[in-house]
Amino acid sequence: MTKETASNGAGRSALLPSLKTEVQKSGCISSEIMAGAAKQAGLPLNEVYGVTTFYSYLPTEPAGKNVIKVCKCVPCSLKDVPEVVAGIRKAIGVTPGQTTMDGKFSLEMVNCIGACDQAPAMMINDTLYGNLTPAKIAEILRSY
Amino acid sequence: MAEKRIVLGNCGVIDPRSIDTYMAKGGFKGFEKARKMKPGAIVDEVKKSGLTGRGGAGFKTGLKWELALNAKSKDKYLICNADEGEVGAFKDRYILSNDPFGLIEGMCIAGLAIGAKQAYIYLRAEYHFLNELLCHAISQVKEKGFLKHMDISVFEGAGAYVCGEESALMESIEGKRGESRYKPPYPPTRGLWNMPTIINNVETLMNVPHIINNGAAWFSDLGTPKSKGTKVFSVSGDVKRPGVYELEMGGPLKELVVDLAGADDIKAVQVGGATGSIFPASMIDVRLSHETCLGSGAVVVLNSSRDIIDIVFNDVQFLNEESCGKCTPCREGTEVMMEIFGRLTRGEAKEGDIEALEDLSKTMALASLCGLGQAAAVPVLDSLKYFREEYNNRIDQSMFLRSYLGGELSKSKEGVR
Repeated sequence: MTKETASNGAGRSALLPSLKTEVQKSGCISSEIMAGAAKQAGLPLNEVYGVTTFYSYLPTEPAGKNVIKVCKCVPCSLKDVPEVVAGIRKAIGVTPGQTTMDGKFSLEMVNCIGACDQAPAMMINDTLYGNLTPAKIAEILRSY
Repeated sequence: MAEKRIVLGNCGVIDPRSIDTYMAKGGFKGFEKARKMKPGAIVDEVKKSGLTGRGGAGFKTGLKWELALNAKSKDKYLICNADEGEVGAFKDRYILSNDPFGLIEGMCIAGLAIGAKQAYIYLRAEYHFLNELLCHAISQVKEKGFLKHMDISVFEGAGAYVCGEESALMESIEGKRGESRYKPPYPPTRGLWNMPTIINNVETLMNVPHIINNGAAWFSDLGTPKSKGTKVFSVSGDVKRPGVYELEMGGPLKELVVDLAGADDIKAVQVGGATGSIFPASMIDVRLSHETCLGSGAVVVLNSSRDIIDIVFNDVQFLNEESCGKCTPCREGTEVMMEIFGRLTRGEAKEGDIEALEDLSKTMALASLCGLGQAAAVPVLDSLKYFREEYNNRIDQSMFLRSYLGGELSKSKEGVR
C-alpha cells in the first residue's frame, strides 16, 4: 500500500489490510483489537465494528488452527457436497460450524471459491483442494 | 466455429514466472507502441475497437477511458477487478495463474491512456495463493522499465461477493463496508477517494495489448454488431470437460457446452452466474453475446436429473447472503425470495406464491442500487417461464400433502373423542 495522508480519507484504506493481518496473528478480531484499530485509524469504534462484521474473512469468533471451507454453491452442489461433508465428519468428527476438540480444525460452508471446474472443492486456510472424494479428503486432513 | 484463443493465447504456453518467455511471444510490443502514442490516440483506438467490459456489465471500455482522460485531476486511479466471485466463474483465476504479464501489459497501456500514476489489482481473498505470483510478475515488469509511469500494487479483498461491483469495490479499498454507491457520479469522474478512476475486469484489460498491436479494425471484425472480439467462458456442471474456453462473440452455446465441454444430457444451462439466465435445452442454439446473454461468461450445465427449483433456491440463498444490505429492494427482496423458495422446497407452498415472486422481481429489477438486486430475479423469472410445471407440481404436492395430513389429523381427533 502506498503511504497517503488521512486528509483525503486515504489513511483509512490501511484498515482492511491491518484487520486481515490481525486475523493471521490472533485467529479472529476481538473487541480489544477493534478498539485498537479504531484508535489507530482515528475512527469511532462502531465504524470498525461495521467494517469487521461485513467481511467473511474477518471473523469475530475464534476458529480452529486450520479453517476448512467447503463450497456450497450450484456447480459444487451438483457434485455431491453432502458426501464431502460426511467425509470430513468421518475423518475428524465435525459438522459445519464446529471446531474439533483439540482446536486443530474448524469447518464452514462457504460461497463460490472459483474452483467450479474441480468441483466439489474446498479450501483449508489459503490452499485450494478440488475434485474431492472421501478418500482424498481423509488423506488431505491427515497431512495437517 | 472452433475455439479462438486470443486472450488465452499464452496460457499453458509461457512460464507465468518468466517475463522473458512472455516477451519472446511478442509481449510488451503493444506497450512500446502505445508509449509512442498520445493518450487520446490510445483511447480512440480502444473506442474504435468496440471493446466492452468482460466482467458482466458490458460497458463500452473506450468511452469509460475517455471520460477519465478528460477529467481534470492530479490523481487518477486504475483498478483491475480480480474479485471474481460470480458463481461458476473461474476464468480470471485461470488467466492470472497462467499469464499475469498479459494483464500487467494491459494495465500499463490503460495507465498511459488515462494518466493514472497508481493502479491496484483488487484480488479476491480466496485467490490469495495468486498474490505472490502477481507481485513477482509486477516486479519483473518494473525491472524491464515498463512501469516508470505508474505503480501497481495488489489489494486483497476480504470475502464479499458484492465487492466485485465496482463502487462496492472502491468502498472496500477505502476501508469501509463494501456497500454499493449511489450513481451518478460514476467512477471515471468521481471514484476512488473521489478521484477519476477506471475499473476494468481482468479479461477486458487482457484484450488491450492485442488491440494496440493488431489495430481496432482487426478486433471489430470479430464478433457481432454490438459485441466485438472474443469472450472467455468458464464451463462447469454436468459436462465431461469442465474448464475455460474462448469463443468469438456470437458463438453458439451448443458449440461451447456440447462440442468443447462434452455435455451429453442437457435439461438447462445457466449463463451468467447466480443472477444468470436459464436456457432450456430447446434454446441450446442461442448465440452468446451482449445482445442475448453473457454476464461474466459463467456457464453451468444441468442434466435431466436436476431439480430447477433447488438450483434457483441455491442461487437465491447465495444472493441473500451476499447482499450488502444498503438498499431496501435487495435487502428485503432477497429475504422474501428466501421465504417463498423455502416454502416451495419444504412442501409448504401457497397459492399466490408465484404471483408474489413475479411482482417482487419487477420491483427489485427497477429499484435496486446495483446489479445484485437488479438481476436477482432473473433466474427466478426464467425458471418460471421455462419450467413453470415444476413450480406447479411443488404447489400441487404441497396442497395435497396439507389436505391429506389435515384429513388424517381430524380422523385421529374423532378417535380421541
